[in-house]
This record gives sequence, C-alpha cells and structure tokens, in this order.
Amino acid sequence: MTMATDDAPPTTSKLSEERASGIAAVSQSRRDDLIGRSVTINRSRDELFAYWRDFSNLPSFMDNVERIDILSNTTSHWVVKAPGGRTVEWDAAITEEKPGELIAWTSAEDADVPNSGRIEFRDAGDRGTVVTATIAYDPPAGVVGKVIAKLFQREPAIQARRDLRRFKQLMETGEVATAAWTQKQRDEEKA
Amino acid sequence: MRALTWHGKHDVRVDTVDDPEILNPRDAIIKITSTAICGSDLHLYDGYIPTMQAGDILGHEFMGEVVETGPKSTLQKGQRVVVPFTIACGSCYHCGKHQYSACDNGNPADNQDIGQEMYGQPMSGLFGYSHLTGGYAGGQAEYVRVPFSDVGPIVVPDGLDDEEVLFLSDILPTGWQAAENASIEPGDTVAVWGCGPVGLFAVQSAFLMGAHRVIAIDHFPHRLELAKKFGAETINFEESKTYEALMEMTGGIGPDAVIDAVGLEAHGFFVDNVVDQIKASLFLGTDRTHSIRQAIHACRKGGRVSMPAVYGGFVDKFPLGAFMEKGLTLKTGQTSVQHYMPALLNAILEGKIDTTFLISHRMGLEDAPKGYEMFHNNQNDVTKIVLKPGLAVAAQ
Repeated sequence: MTMATDDAPPTTSKLSEERASGIAAVSQSRRDDLIGRSVTINRSRDELFAYWRDFSNLPSFMDNVERIDILSNTTSHWVVKAPGGRTVEWDAAITEEKPGELIAWTSAEDADVPNSGRIEFRDAGDRGTVVTATIAYDPPAGVVGKVIAKLFQREPAIQARRDLRRFKQLMETGEVATAAWTQKQRDEEKA
Repeated sequence: MRALTWHGKHDVRVDTVDDPEILNPRDAIIKITSTAICGSDLHLYDGYIPTMQAGDILGHEFMGEVVETGPKSTLQKGQRVVVPFTIACGSCYHCGKHQYSACDNGNPADNQDIGQEMYGQPMSGLFGYSHLTGGYAGGQAEYVRVPFSDVGPIVVPDGLDDEEVLFLSDILPTGWQAAENASIEPGDTVAVWGCGPVGLFAVQSAFLMGAHRVIAIDHFPHRLELAKKFGAETINFEESKTYEALMEMTGGIGPDAVIDAVGLEAHGFFVDNVVDQIKASLFLGTDRTHSIRQAIHACRKGGRVSMPAVYGGFVDKFPLGAFMEKGLTLKTGQTSVQHYMPALLNAILEGKIDTTFLISHRMGLEDAPKGYEMFHNNQNDVTKIVLKPGLAVAAQ
C-alpha cells in the first residue's frame, strides 16, 4: 500500500492507492474514475452556494445538462446530453449539505452513468472563493465509452472544467462569454 | 453586412455575412467608421497562426458609432467609441489589478482549453485573432458585436478625428506599455528593435518617460526616418553591425533598456525558429537572428528587457546564460489596453503624442484584400492602412 507523502490532492495523484482513497471519500464504487477541478471566483461563499444549491440554475452554465427536474428538497432528476445525440438520465440525491460550504450528492442505483461527488466552497480572502468539484463516476462502457465521449467533447473531465469556467463567468460578470455574433450561431454552439 | 474574412494563406475576401446581434446584457453593437490593418494581422495572412477557421472575420484595431446596446451596457446610441483589442470583463481578479489582457472571463469556456494546454492558463479573448484567443469576430467589417461594452470602449470627445484616436485600440497603448515595461530612468539610453507602429510609439513613449537617448533599429529607410523625426538616433542593420554600433554609441556600456518590437511583424509563431536555424547553419543572415536574442546580448549589465513583440510557441537558443549572468529583468505580455486608454487619450488631447503621422494609406473596406497584399509586399512605404467602410472603392 503506497500512499502519498505530499500535500497534493488525491485527484492529482500518480499513485493508484491514493486515487482510490480519493474516490472512496465520495463514492461507494471502486470502479469509478475521479475528477477534481478547482476555480477561484471573485464572489462570496454564500452567494455562490445559494446559486448552486438551486439545481434549476445549473443548466445555465452546464451546457451538457439538458434539464434538471426538482423532485424534492434533496432529490432531482437529471437529463444529460451524451455522444451521438442521445441522452443519459439519473436521479440524484443530496447526501450531505453544509450551507455556504458543501453539497455532496450521489446518483440512484439505476443511473445510466453512476456518479457521485461534492462541491466545496472555501474562503479565498480578497480573491473570493475557491470552488472545488470532486466527481467520481462510472464511465459508460468503460474505456471505450470514455474515448467516444472524448471524441464528442462530452468527456466528463473536459465538461467539468468548462462548466466551472462558465459558472465563474456567470457569477463574476453576470453572463456567459460567447464568441458568436448571432443568436443562431450561439444556439448551434450549445446544441 | 460586409466583412473581411480569412480563408487561408494569402486568401482574405470581403464577404456578405450575418449582421451581429446583442447576445449578452453587457454587449453593444458598433458601426465601424475606421479600422486598421495591424502588423500582427499579417501573421494571420501568412498562415502562421494556428486555430484559424475559414470565414473568421479579422480586425482588432477599430472604432465607430454605438448603434445598439444591451440592457447592462453603459454606452448610448450615437456615441463614438474606440474599442480595446483585448476583451476583458472588468470584474475578475486580474481585471481588478488592471491586468486586463489576463482577464479570466473574456475568452469563452470551450476556447480556453487550447490556452490552458499550451500556456498553463488561458489568456483573455481578443477580437479577430484566431480561436486560441476566443474566436471573436473582428472589426474589419461594417458592424461588430462588442462584449463587456461597459468596461472596454472609451468614448471619444467631440472634435477629434477618427485618425487621431483610432490607435488607442492597440498599437499606442502597446508602444506605451513597452516603454513602461522597460522601467526607464531619467538619463537612460533605450534601444528599440523594430520601427513599426509599436516601435515608433515606444520611441515617443520612452522620451516622455525621461529617456535621454533612444536608438531605433530597423532596415526600412522610411521607418527609420520616422523614428528620427521623434528624436531617435538610428541604426540600419543592413548597413551597420547592430551590436558593435550600440556598444560604440553607448561608450562600451550597452543600452540601459532594450525593447524588442520586431516579433509582431517579422516573426511567426512556429516557423521562425526553423527558418532561423537553417539560416544559422548556412552562416547566412546572422544580422537577422531573433531580435530578442540580440537585444539581450547588447543590453547593459543589470539592464531591462521589454518585449512587446508577439511570440506564441517555443524559442530555441534563448540566451539564458547572458540573461542570468548580466542580471537582466524581462517584462512582456499582451497589452492591458483598458488600463492605458484614458491617460493616452489625454496625451493626444494635449498634443503630447502624435498618432496621425503613421497613416500612409486610406481605403474602403471593399479594398481590404488589396490592402493586405500591399502591406505584405511593401513594409517600407506602407506604415499603416486605415480601412473606412464608408469610403467608396478606389478606381482600379
């Protein structure tokens, strides 16, 4: 058993045991892949938490999420774009919540893409808030599915990075940056 | 609308494309009255810049009239504005420090991937300059969509001609930042490589910042004459040995600060190293080595190196030893245009900086492809082409 001796997060580790401990922290499944992304946003913890906690807001910056239906205070139904014009769906439940600090979730057992994770909000002084997303997921059809997803730029690691950038843009500037110059172009970009 | 679009190496065309629309609350639509072809546009023209796509609208030096505004824009219809080429949000950490060209949010999220992979962190968006910097449509067109119009564009006071203020969009602030990055002290001798627009504005700026002498280096006689007009001494590198001349002209000390303003016009992103190596291996053109290498070689011990020149990839044979042993300081970066605009507009109003001397040609937008070809083929006489969408096509 080799565990890291440094201070770097498990999501950046080269050691499989260290990564496994990172996965175990957010998921029951040993088969999962692990993604970790942090972004610093020039807004308060409370403001960012409040926007994220209302899951109906998430499609405004998660381009891959077609829609989220709120089922109860802690459960929601997700419809997410997949390669080849298909969609994947799952129910998600909040498993832990600390206002202004943390939201953790896990998908229901029959999820198309089993996933779980946590969004953490930490003070960053005059730079605002560090938002860290840690996501464990079971890639559909394993490695092949991952490659296909990557080809279609629906690979979760790429999407997580882009989603967090769009979240930052929306929170800091009030809008999501686009290089389109007509509405038609922007709609095509999102499709 | 009509717009100058890129289709490949040495292939730019004026096409009819969709008119821009307001897409985000802080947007404005500007009707272009004047737009210039930049030396760095020639890189796109020469096909050196990766991530270009057929149909991309070029142009990052432009100004015009506000014709439409989003609900969060602070501009008003009818105002005349100059637009900075850097697209910055004004609300992120970097914008807060006035490092506008490092804005976190000006570049769309998907396009940030390329910069993140290439440079470690993505840079801000730029108008009309490849998808690495956002893929935004540029201003060599009848209209342009300007994001974050509440923090970027500067309103031009009545009574000033387009030509007096147009260069606030890029090259004047870039020349000024180049001089500022040289941390000039009173009495300094400053050497400037390249007498293109940026170099010439750096010459003027260096004197305003207290330089005692400025030595300008180029091989185009007309451009050296312009530098001389602003009080610079000159070295024509085709007639004189640059390093030796600089050493003799500074009493064996070397310039206190050196500014490399060449890369913008003479060096591509990736091919320059290859060309350079071939030349070196054949013992050809040793006077044409990377200007930055020569600048570091000539700079006095403990001196300062400023590099407004655009470099995009990796540079071979960077003289790291000379850099370290002589204890030099290097400052560089894309220009934080928004930071400099207000003060430079004042400098123009007070007559401290001359901008109009630069313009050698004026053309209608429809003539833009001809303009690119002329600029590409004759950099001695063509110092700056200004395109005016309202201007009729010149008689053939």
